[in-house]
Amino acid sequence: MTSDIDNLFDIIIVGAGAVGCAVARELSRYNLKIAVLEKESDVAAGTSGRNSAVVHAGFNNKPGSLMAKLCVEGNEGFESICRELDVPYKKTGKLIVAFEESDFAGIDRLIENGRKNGVKGLEFVDAGVVKRLEPHVGGIGAMLSPNTAITNPFIYTVALAENAAVNGAVFYFNTEVRGISRQDRLFRVRAGDTFFRGRYIVNSAGLYSDRISSMAGEKGYKVYPCRGEYFILDKRTSQYLNMPVYPVPRPGLGGLGVHLTPTVEGNILIGPSAEYIKTKCDYSSTKKVMDRLFKEARELLPPLSMRHIIRSYTGIRSKLVGPKTGGFGDFVIEESEAVPGLINLVGIESPGLTSSVPISRMVRDIIANREDITPKSSFISVRKGIVPFRELTIEQKEELIKEYPDYGEVVCRCEGITKKEVLDAINNPLGVATLSGIKYRARPMMGRCQGGYCLTRIVDILNNEKGLPPEEITLRGKESKLFTGKVK
Amino acid sequence: MLIKKDIIIVGAGPAGLAAAIEAKKRGRDGILVLERELSAGGILNQCIHDGFGLIRFNEALTGPEYARRYIDEAKALGIEIVTNVMVQDISRDKTVTAVSPDGIKTYKAEAVILAMGCRERTRGAICIPGTRPSGVFTAGVAQNLVNLKNIMVGKRIVILGSGDIGLIMARRLTLEGAKVLAVVEKLPYSSGLQRNITQCLDDFEIPLLLSHTVTKIEGHERVKGVTIARVDEKGNSIRGTSRKFECDTLILSVGLIPENEVSLNAGIVIDETTGGARVDENLQTSVPGIFACGNVLQVHDLVDYVSAEGEQAAKAAVEFIKGRGEAASDITVRAGSGIRYVLPQSISSGRDITFSMRVTNPCKNKTIIFKDGDTVLKKRTFKALNPAEMVRIDLKAGELRGVLNMEVFIDG
Repeated sequence: MTSDIDNLFDIIIVGAGAVGCAVARELSRYNLKIAVLEKESDVAAGTSGRNSAVVHAGFNNKPGSLMAKLCVEGNEGFESICRELDVPYKKTGKLIVAFEESDFAGIDRLIENGRKNGVKGLEFVDAGVVKRLEPHVGGIGAMLSPNTAITNPFIYTVALAENAAVNGAVFYFNTEVRGISRQDRLFRVRAGDTFFRGRYIVNSAGLYSDRISSMAGEKGYKVYPCRGEYFILDKRTSQYLNMPVYPVPRPGLGGLGVHLTPTVEGNILIGPSAEYIKTKCDYSSTKKVMDRLFKEARELLPPLSMRHIIRSYTGIRSKLVGPKTGGFGDFVIEESEAVPGLINLVGIESPGLTSSVPISRMVRDIIANREDITPKSSFISVRKGIVPFRELTIEQKEELIKEYPDYGEVVCRCEGITKKEVLDAINNPLGVATLSGIKYRARPMMGRCQGGYCLTRIVDILNNEKGLPPEEITLRGKESKLFTGKVK
Repeated sequence: MLIKKDIIIVGAGPAGLAAAIEAKKRGRDGILVLERELSAGGILNQCIHDGFGLIRFNEALTGPEYARRYIDEAKALGIEIVTNVMVQDISRDKTVTAVSPDGIKTYKAEAVILAMGCRERTRGAICIPGTRPSGVFTAGVAQNLVNLKNIMVGKRIVILGSGDIGLIMARRLTLEGAKVLAVVEKLPYSSGLQRNITQCLDDFEIPLLLSHTVTKIEGHERVKGVTIARVDEKGNSIRGTSRKFECDTLILSVGLIPENEVSLNAGIVIDETTGGARVDENLQTSVPGIFACGNVLQVHDLVDYVSAEGEQAAKAAVEFIKGRGEAASDITVRAGSGIRYVLPQSISSGRDITFSMRVTNPCKNKTIIFKDGDTVLKKRTFKALNPAEMVRIDLKAGELRGVLNMEVFIDG
């Protein structure tokens, strides 16, 4: 066990989701010593990696709320952050489609709501325009939101984390916070098998932010887990959908309704459902919801077939409003009055991904209001990701193979991922060595065969190039070992 | 730079190897076989059990032994097989683009033979509810890990699906010390060969639970258990029949899908039922000069027929290059009652044709009938018909004379 004298930080961030990593990156611009404690084996292991991957415009949120303000701000800045950090981003626009006359009132309400929030470009479009924008979607009219975009939330979080790490933030994975006490005006955090001391705690623990706050001495928050289930469809379906398509929302819903979203890679996502659940770690898909999701998706987009499904996944919203109230609460972004130095980020559900950078700036301002923080001249603002070989021209591909022959070895057939990309993912700057870590960074195993072709190859690469024996490979850390040993 | 070839064969598994050898024997020299693995042989390399070649060689060979015969013959004939190369694109004009650590090469072929094989259906595709922990494998992946990499995939195992690979793996994993708790099959009959049920399950007292399916997977990190339930005729689980198996591994043998993604790029028409290309009696696809054989065309039960189909495709490709074999195949062949599919989907009259098909349900003492309108062309009665087995029936040119529109069905 290391002494916690060694683990002395200015800032201890709890939770390496999109928000925690955005805060780490923002604060790494300054002369501050930063630790990020994450209970899972990688970033974006919770809600940040399990959502619709939409950069929202902010028309759906309550005027005057933090959600509305930060979402609009986040949407405006998202593209430039993605450019800076080499993150996939596509401004697709979005349609909220009316299927019956009574939906028009809902559209009017959204346009008005969006206007109040300062969302630009919202307009009603008639069935003809809907047909032109989305030929396969029915509907009698829609609201078009031109500034809605899609991204890859996992790569986004990885990029923020990697950039923060390059600028000095230290990431501790498999390090679950178990207790927080105060000692000499410092927080003493028991986490994993060691202690950390810090002047500030930034509580970005998502679903568990109520527990962390309570550990630090500020009780009274309750986070309600609300599960959403999804399907991912084969890229072959990309021809059917150009932008996120949502039905007009019904009041009282704890989500945005089952919708269809294209991914930056060309899949379609169906989902999410919204179901309050008892435990915060139950990521099960259920037969009941699976059946319903597909049925509703096909009502929006008739050409879809069960044959197109390649995987299901679930995410869990961390909501401050319980099942009785329903709807949305608001983000809590504030320093605790009871526990100075504890900065609570609680109830960060959708649009948390979109708002993550504005949230991080608010955290910076909270700290800057208490003390002078000085920018580091050495701050590096850009980050390069893994080169997506499949997207290059033939000439560029040939150049790269000459330089690195590993680009010429296709490891993942479905997604066209090369050995070089897999190696780059294995050698990631955060030192994550799980199968999921490789999958989400470079995309092998994400295609229609779900690793049927490439899993055995990746096992070989891990063994041969990283010296990681097969029996030590895990899916996502802890007890998630892939294999049980050697044959007799 | 465009490299010219007579025939490009995509895939050096049993279909591709047989095709290459046959084309060479028929006098073609510019044959190139492109293989994505590091060595030729295809899926046979991981099939270390025996039973291959009973029809062709009258011997029970292992998969690697069966493959070796073809690899050796191809080598002896001087056929060029390039490994560790991935075909990225095939165009309608038979331009083939392939990438390897040596770079990207573009070939122009007179004829292309597709022999890419198939892939396994996954957990995601069949929508099993529950969590997504480690410990869920498709049977082929498990077979690869166990047989080629000496990796053990689990200790207490449930197998869903009674396809042949699943049955073979039930035995293999048992021999390696794992406890296979059950093989669970959604249908009321097994989708594997009877000989495999006897030799792989019965001999090891592994229960085969027909009309059952896995309704839930549990475990956050590694699989902790699966719930199974009986299903009704529609495949829906029946309330009150659930029971839980504590296990650390779930293996899926739930179907094979011809791997036709590059074929789609070429604009080849795919049959909705087989998942393979629609072909005529020359095994020619909807794109002239592109042929298909083996599991990329239809999922076979026995490798012996895969080899035969490879040879048939090669013969047709050679004829195509010579400028023959151009007879219009405009007579459609339709799978009627009791028949899931029949190949070829279109024919011309005037030559002998072997039809291959699968039935939809197991049945006994039934007759398969080939009919053109009201005219019966051929009848063949079988003691037993089983969806697990491919049925092959030869029709002579004489029997097909004057046919306009053909239907194949089971009487009664």
